[in-house]
Amino acid sequence: MTEPSLLEIEDLKIGFPTPRGLHQVVRGVSLRIGREKVGIVGESGSGKSQTGRAVLKMTPKHARIEAKRMSFDGIDLHAASERQMRRIRGNRISMILQDPKFSLNPLIRVGTQVSEAYRLHHRINAAQARRRTLEMLESVRIRDPERVYRLFPHELSGGMGQRVMIAMMLISEPELIIADEPTSALDVTVRRQVMEVLGELVERRGAGLMLISHDLNLVAEYCDRVLVMYAGRIVEALPARELHQARHPYTRGLLESLPRLDRKRGLLPVLSRDPAWREAPSLPLEEIR
Amino acid sequence: MNQQPLLEMASLEIHFGRGRGRVKAIEEVSFKLARGGAYGLIGESGCGKSSVLRAIAGLNDHYGGSILFDGRELSPRRDKHWFKRVQMVFQDPYASLHPRKTVAKVLREPLRIHRFKDEERRIDRVLDEVGLGAAFRYRYPHQLSGGQRQRVAIARALVIEPELLLLDEPTSALDVSVQAEILNLLVRLRAERGLTYLMVSHDLAVVTHLCERVGMMHAGRIVEELDEADVRAGHTREAYTRAFLAASAA
Repeated sequence: MTEPSLLEIEDLKIGFPTPRGLHQVVRGVSLRIGREKVGIVGESGSGKSQTGRAVLKMTPKHARIEAKRMSFDGIDLHAASERQMRRIRGNRISMILQDPKFSLNPLIRVGTQVSEAYRLHHRINAAQARRRTLEMLESVRIRDPERVYRLFPHELSGGMGQRVMIAMMLISEPELIIADEPTSALDVTVRRQVMEVLGELVERRGAGLMLISHDLNLVAEYCDRVLVMYAGRIVEALPARELHQARHPYTRGLLESLPRLDRKRGLLPVLSRDPAWREAPSLPLEEIR
Repeated sequence: MNQQPLLEMASLEIHFGRGRGRVKAIEEVSFKLARGGAYGLIGESGCGKSSVLRAIAGLNDHYGGSILFDGRELSPRRDKHWFKRVQMVFQDPYASLHPRKTVAKVLREPLRIHRFKDEERRIDRVLDEVGLGAAFRYRYPHQLSGGQRQRVAIARALVIEPELLLLDEPTSALDVSVQAEILNLLVRLRAERGLTYLMVSHDLAVVTHLCERVGMMHAGRIVEELDEADVRAGHTREAYTRAFLAASAA
């Protein structure tokens, strides 16, 4: 299967200068994402979020970024100007962040914000944009879009806020969606609904999804493939349904350290980190597909 | 065998706001917690679980109904003696430690307040108990990882040897591997010291790992109380609990 990839990253390195030298947070990551759902899992500090941000060139200015290749649909992202990036961000690649409370403007009505996201990239009049926004709100399973259109962000619950964010990020029909912990701020009871809405829209439009999360089970349930990051590198890549047969001791350790509902556990096995994991090279591109 | 519960809530009620904006946040919440037991309050955000914990801790003295501790009704304003026996561990170890105090200073403060002697020996001992060791005495919070900070927060609660520990989502800000360490520590300390735990969490797997009994909260009420085994087996009467269990099992 040689379907062309949407996103190709080869040997991405991100470092932050500190008084004690360059602190590398991403140390040679290579990956490919096609029109599929790919999960990136790892603990805090593993570099998973920075990898996602680098794709949209939203890395802080003082960081040092290097990559042999970083391309989206044939566009060289590494060389792209800020002007070119503005045409890509929110239009061809969108990003959904963790907490809708912080990513929606508190002073602007929800509907206006969603339609603005569309009008920014499309020449369309206000009435058409409004109609399109209402359709979009409906497709993220908001029951009364007319009413929600007029609400302010503080009047939304967490789950509804995140569905509004999804509507806003998907309204311009992006080809690639980067979701960074999209459900971590939500209750377990609404998590699934939000993930279903996101998964369904991504599939229906044949887009690609990069789902960044610390939650292995969530990723296993909603993605096709999983990449496991540790200390700025990809240590394991496997199909999502085989996550529970993971080989790498780090992945195994993460899975085993969870308390379980189905059976009682005594002491939880604590992950003992092998320094060799840090030094092992990141998986090469060939092994990731 | 001491049959008297260590902590008992009788028809606890909490309101917020006044006049027409008055909201009933907690309605008729009653439960008992035996000495040496562990009870978990679980529910979605906004269900009132933290409000209950804050009322018990003495952080909110505007409540109705009564809270009994060791057989005696507490006055809404707690005295020093109460805080000697009950301590709390907060959710976010990044916010609950003073950034400009060393670990030793953080631990010395409660010892001073409660007029303990041999402060330094107690500090060393509690640091050992939480698995940090005396070498951590002179560290500042920014020199510690999230898990180490939560250990310091637990040490601060334990240093004055309380009987009841109030745990407000003690692991939800931590990575899963660190969560495992903290949960193991809490299990061990409870066994060693015969502590009683009251825990609040939205994570059912974490609560059932630590507690024998769970109160399912929804819209300001405890809709159902379950034993740990019931939770694992999915034995429940209430539709809400069933939905919550199903969502958590995913």
